[in-house]
Amino acid sequence: MRKKITAVLLFAFALGLAAFGEDELPIALTSAIDMLWLVLTAALVFFMQAGFALVETGLTRAKNASNIVMKNLMDFCLGSIAFWAIGWGLMYGADKIGLFGSSEFFKNIMDDPSFFRNWFFQVVFAATAATIVSGGMAERTQFKSYLIYTVCISAVIYPVSGHWIWGGGWLSAPEGGFLANLGLPAMHDFAGSTVVHSVGGWAAFIGAAVLGPRIGKYVKANGKTSVKSFPGHNIPLAMLGVFILWFGWYGFNPGSTLSGMSPDIGRIAVTTTLAAAAGAVGALFTSWIWFKKPDPSMTMNGVLAGLVAITAPCAVVSPGAAVVIGLIAGLIVVLSVELIDKVIKVDDPVGAVSVHCVNGIFGTLAVGIWGNTDSVKGLLHGGGLTQLASQAIGVAAVALWACAMSFVVFFAIKKIVGLRVKPEEEMRGLDLSEHKSEAYAGFQFFSNM
Amino acid sequence: MKLIIAYIQPHKLNEVKQELYKAKVYKMSVTNALGCGQQMGYHESYRGVDEEVNLLKKVRLEIAVNDGFAQATIDAIVKGARTGQIGDGKIFVMPLGDCIRIRTGETGGEAIG
Repeated sequence: MRKKITAVLLFAFALGLAAFGEDELPIALTSAIDMLWLVLTAALVFFMQAGFALVETGLTRAKNASNIVMKNLMDFCLGSIAFWAIGWGLMYGADKIGLFGSSEFFKNIMDDPSFFRNWFFQVVFAATAATIVSGGMAERTQFKSYLIYTVCISAVIYPVSGHWIWGGGWLSAPEGGFLANLGLPAMHDFAGSTVVHSVGGWAAFIGAAVLGPRIGKYVKANGKTSVKSFPGHNIPLAMLGVFILWFGWYGFNPGSTLSGMSPDIGRIAVTTTLAAAAGAVGALFTSWIWFKKPDPSMTMNGVLAGLVAITAPCAVVSPGAAVVIGLIAGLIVVLSVELIDKVIKVDDPVGAVSVHCVNGIFGTLAVGIWGNTDSVKGLLHGGGLTQLASQAIGVAAVALWACAMSFVVFFAIKKIVGLRVKPEEEMRGLDLSEHKSEAYAGFQFFSNM
Repeated sequence: MKLIIAYIQPHKLNEVKQELYKAKVYKMSVTNALGCGQQMGYHESYRGVDEEVNLLKKVRLEIAVNDGFAQATIDAIVKGARTGQIGDGKIFVMPLGDCIRIRTGETGGEAIG
């Protein structure tokens, strides 16, 4: 009976909406729908913090588990306050010469519904960029140094490059600006392949490089360096984290319409799903051929690679293109992990750089290749090279900014308070040495690796 | 034949293994162990409350060797595990009655080697 009543009510509501037609809806109703949509999807994106915490915990060793979940908790907590105090103003305040915002710091008001809605939606994205880094720097970073760094990325590094693309800065091609003078369109980064993922990925790369590898990762013997692995201690936990991240991505991408009235929401959900699935398939078969066995943690990275790659183009590509983008992302992520681990020799315990930085770049460029709407036309749909050029300029500029700033921050931290724990602390595990508290009290595990 | 049982610091296992390889001792069993000696445990804290952990995490190595290898094995363990700090561990050496390889039925020195 109750179901029937609900159905009748829904039908009446739909009829009511149809009677208005989309353009004629009362403003109060459209803003209510937008409010609900953004707050709901922001909550989904917030849940991705849990996904990151589980993926990073599962893919690292048991002796560091408390430490890594603490980092994932505290980068949100400190980062959200920093983003309220400074970050929001730099990102969305009044534009100064296309480079940064300059108002709305410490915004302390009671009555501005759209500000609250937008701030809540944006803070969870800032927190996503920040939390990517903890994975790349896992198992050897001092807790206090990480906390200092996370305030810096949420307050300054992420908001400034975010302003360039989303906050009305120079990459959004304002009239008379750099891109407009070159005759190029605005860089299109729908939900943040570059704004969020590349920035976090570059910071993770620089952080891991400045820190150096975990003890025993690269062993020199007889003039040859052999690469060792440290297997993650809980693969099911990591897999749960991947599912949670995927679930949260349905807020990340569809929510980035910034309006619950957008007819694109459904298509974005479809492209997001297909790219994630294809990413898993791509990584699965690449690892199967390369390592002779279908590798679980690589396949997980493949899901995330597909999601990161579709984040920029999700609103402007067809379902078929999403599958292709996902497959390529899955291939790239395996090759990139191999390259970074074995050739460049930067120790990234969870593959954060390959997933977020490398595929963030690929996804951003993919807009310029597969873009298929009136405003964003890629290479394959008659848009020529202009969109691709804008995308490439954006990728390069953000890379330069994120790397330079991260290097300055990490180098300063290293000189002033130290970045790395002592060797014997690293061997005992950060749970005991940094927190004096074990993740699995009462359980025995090998802590000697 | 001797059975050598050593308790060492967990984080020294890798170095001990490398020293053993250098001494051409390739066969060993390793288990996690809890124990305490002079050091009398250490302190953790849980929700701000002090918690005395009496038994420390150690790694136990068991190596069965022919008599000729015993001293080299002991030297290798000491070399790999010694830091000079309290808690480096102990080595116990005892005579071994017999040894049988299950697959072939070999016994004694042949089975160990």
